[in-house]
Parts: sequence; structure tokens; C-alpha cells
Amino acid sequence: MTTEQLMTLKTEPFVVNIGPVHPSTHGVYRMRVTLDGEVVLDIEPVFGYLHRGIEKLAEERTYTGFIPLTDRLDYMSAMSNNLGYCLAVEKLAGIKVPERAEYLRVIIAELQRIANHCIAVGAMLNDAGAFFTPFLYLFREREKIYDLFEMLCGQRLTYNYMRIGGVGQDIPAEFLPALAKFIQKIRRFISEYEFFLKQNEILLARAKGVGVLPKELAINCGISGPVARASGIKWDLRKADPYSIYDRFEFDIPTGENGDCYDRYRVRIEEMTQSLRIIEQASKQIPGGPIRADVPHLIRPPAGEVYAHIEAPKGELGFYIVSDNSIAPYRCHVRPTSLINLAALRQMVRGWKVADLIIIFGSIDITMGEVDR
Amino acid sequence: MTVALSSREIVSQLGGKFPGAVAEAGKDSVLVKGDALTQVARYLKETDGLKFEYLNYITAVDYYSYFEVVYQLTSLDHNRSVILKTRCYGRANPSLPSLTGLWQGADFQEREIYDLMGIKFEGHPNLKRIFLWEGFEGYPLRKDWNR
Repeated sequence: MTTEQLMTLKTEPFVVNIGPVHPSTHGVYRMRVTLDGEVVLDIEPVFGYLHRGIEKLAEERTYTGFIPLTDRLDYMSAMSNNLGYCLAVEKLAGIKVPERAEYLRVIIAELQRIANHCIAVGAMLNDAGAFFTPFLYLFREREKIYDLFEMLCGQRLTYNYMRIGGVGQDIPAEFLPALAKFIQKIRRFISEYEFFLKQNEILLARAKGVGVLPKELAINCGISGPVARASGIKWDLRKADPYSIYDRFEFDIPTGENGDCYDRYRVRIEEMTQSLRIIEQASKQIPGGPIRADVPHLIRPPAGEVYAHIEAPKGELGFYIVSDNSIAPYRCHVRPTSLINLAALRQMVRGWKVADLIIIFGSIDITMGEVDR
Repeated sequence: MTVALSSREIVSQLGGKFPGAVAEAGKDSVLVKGDALTQVARYLKETDGLKFEYLNYITAVDYYSYFEVVYQLTSLDHNRSVILKTRCYGRANPSLPSLTGLWQGADFQEREIYDLMGIKFEGHPNLKRIFLWEGFEGYPLRKDWNR
């Protein structure tokens, strides 16, 4: 064939299934992708492979008995889920949390944010083709956070550490010195990491300008967390609607300008540094005293409803609980950050190639446990 | 701090514009009639000074005699929030207007409510089960559902 003939050849769009079992879909997520050659024309997300009916299970459990199930929502940041749920029940039942517990919660929630961003950033670089090298360095750092959590509660992934009215156990004596050592080390690690990746040519080529999420679209889709902040929305619930004792600490909210994959990457790295600032302040100010309010085993909140939200590592995590003054929630809805953050994926990937689709999807950072519940 | 707009304030705003739209003013929420939902939501979203342009979440609760659907809106500029509620009666074929035309973020959440609670959203572009498989019988989050 001549070149002219080749140029006029028509290609048929065809459908490819990516997932549910595929290393780049971060769990059991499926995308039905319509392709024109290598270019993405459209995608349709398919959910439900990890649906366990957690909201229904909540109706059959006591208020305290639901905490272990919250670990299984976003299992990359189980502590934050614990915290979000406990805050909602405390708001509903009017329970006051002791000071020491509040400080512990803040320290732990921020450590969890760093651990989550380690995975988010590492997995995104993995998707960009930096196969497992940066990922495993970040995993090494995350292990140290998990060691700290293990000190607290003996668990490494699903902690069940927070309680309604406080936390499960007090910290052991060696925790705070180990934390101080960890902060020093990870500071050095982050700057080292930045040195290698901030101006890395391959990362810039793969991530800069790719998968742009405009600010208006992000607001319209209800997108929150680092993804929204990378699009220039200065909205962080720790500042906008402070819960626990976040109003006592000094920290900045990093935002991006372009809303591309690179900005989402940058925002996460900077958030890690800001989290370290909060942890440092909190571990200096932490007072003594009880770690749990005097709360009965079976809690019967007054009839009514409540919505409490926190700035989880992935975005706004909320619990909407309806109580009928019995020992179990009448209805418990989880605002799924990961599901809602996927709402704009279609517009973000249209026109990009398959390889870009993978990194755009990776830069959103979702956990299927939370999407499907 | 996000200030929850008092229901009295909203009712006074809405009362003149949409007579009969507000069924009941709760302590911190406003119960709107189903057929006025889209207008009210559009008004709250697009009016200057209100600008509730961010839809936090949608959820539904089964109270046996009716289903209550809850919408929380936030104004990022003014840092205020409001909770809208609406009810639909009848268990055989409950339906409400879809808000996907106003918020793209409503898409998956309305599908979720349809899937688990069985409320149809009129005007939704792709209303089908999201978590459960096609052919699944019943709606598991309903209170009378038996496994």
C-alpha cells in the first residue's frame, strides 16, 4: 500500500477490559475501555467485586462492634477510618474525649496520612513505569510507621485502635522517643527522594500536563482531598471545618495549579512534610491523663442523626449515622471518598493513550475496599 | 469552621421563591417536596450569596412508611453547609428526580441508592446496579429485606 492509502485507512473502535484482576487497577476494579488504536475514546468503570455490604452489617452490630469493620473500608488508612467513625458516634452521643487521647489521635492520623501517601506516590510511579524501585523505597519507610503502630496495638494493617471516647491503650514508654527518631529519618528520606524525582525528566514527561482535572469540574464532581487540592481548590477540612484539636497546630495546605498528575504527586509529597510538622508539635504538647472517656460498653445515643467528616488521606471521609436510641445504628452511611473521586475519571482520560490512562488512574489514589464497601 | 445554615434562614429564602416547596423545616435540615427538589437545588447552587456548589454526599434511609433521601451541600466560598431532605412514599416503585444534571458527582451515588435501596432517579443517564449484579433480587439496605 502507498502512504496515501495507509492514511485513509479507517480504524474501528474496540473494547478492552482492564481489570478486575490487573496490577494497575489497585484492587479488583474493572474499566471497560473503548479504544481507537491506542487512544482512549471512553471508559466505563465497573464496581462491586469487593462489595461486602458493610453499611448493612453496621445495622446488626453495636456501636463499638462496628469499629473493626471500618478498618476494612480504606485499609491503606485504617486509623483514619476508625477516627472518622468514632467522631461521628461521639458527636451523636455527646461524648467528650480526654485531652491526651485527642493528641494521640492527631499524631496517629497524621502518621497514617504519611503511610497512605507513601503507597499513593509509590504506586503512581509504578504505574508510570518506574517499576518497583521508588515503590519499594517508600514501602521501606511505610514499614517504620507500621512498626510504630504495632507498638501501639499489636496490629500492622487493621488496627481497631480508636475507641468511642478515646483510644484503646495508652502508648508505651518507648513510643515517643521512637517517633522522634522516625521523624528525623523520614525528613532526610523525603529530601533524598525529592532530589531524585522532583526534576526527573521521565517523571515530568509522563506526568506534567497529563490527565488535567479543571477546578470547576472537580467541584462539580464532589472531588476532595489531594486530588482537589492539586486542581487549585484550597479546601482542607482540618482548616475549613476543624475537628478534634486541629485548630491548635500550625501547618499549611499545599495546592497545585494545573491539576495534572504531577501536581497530584507534588501535593502528596508536600502534605507528608506538613504532617510531620503537625506530629512534631503534637508530640511536644501532649499532656498526661486518661486516654478514654468513661463510656459504657453498650452505647445508646439519643434518637437523631449526625454527619461527621474528617480529612482522611484520600479526601473527605464522612459517616452519616441515624440512631433510634437502641444499641445498634439504625442506618450508617459511609461517604466513600474513593468512589466519589472517580467521578471525573472519564473526562480526565479521554484522548489520552492507554499508558496515560494507567498513570492518571493511579494518581487519583483509590482503595477498592472503600469504593465497594 | 463550616457553619450549618439554619433551616429558618433557608426557609425564608426559599419560601418567597418557591411557595409550597418546603414541607417541613427541621432543626438543621430542610425537608423539600420531591417535585420541587431540582428547582430548589438549582437555586441553592447558582444564586449569588448562597453558592452551594459542592455536593458532599447523597444517602437514603428506610423508615418503613417512607424513604428519606439526604443531600448535603457546601459552599466552599462562604464555608457554609446545608442539608436538604426529601421523602418518597410507597415501596413498590419509589422515585425522585435525578440531580445528575446539576452535579456530575451525583451519578455514582444515585446508582448506589438505586442498587441498595431501590429508589429510581428519573432522568439519570445510566441507572443500573452498581455493586450488585444484574438479576439480583431485592434491595438489601431496605429494612424488610431478608437474606
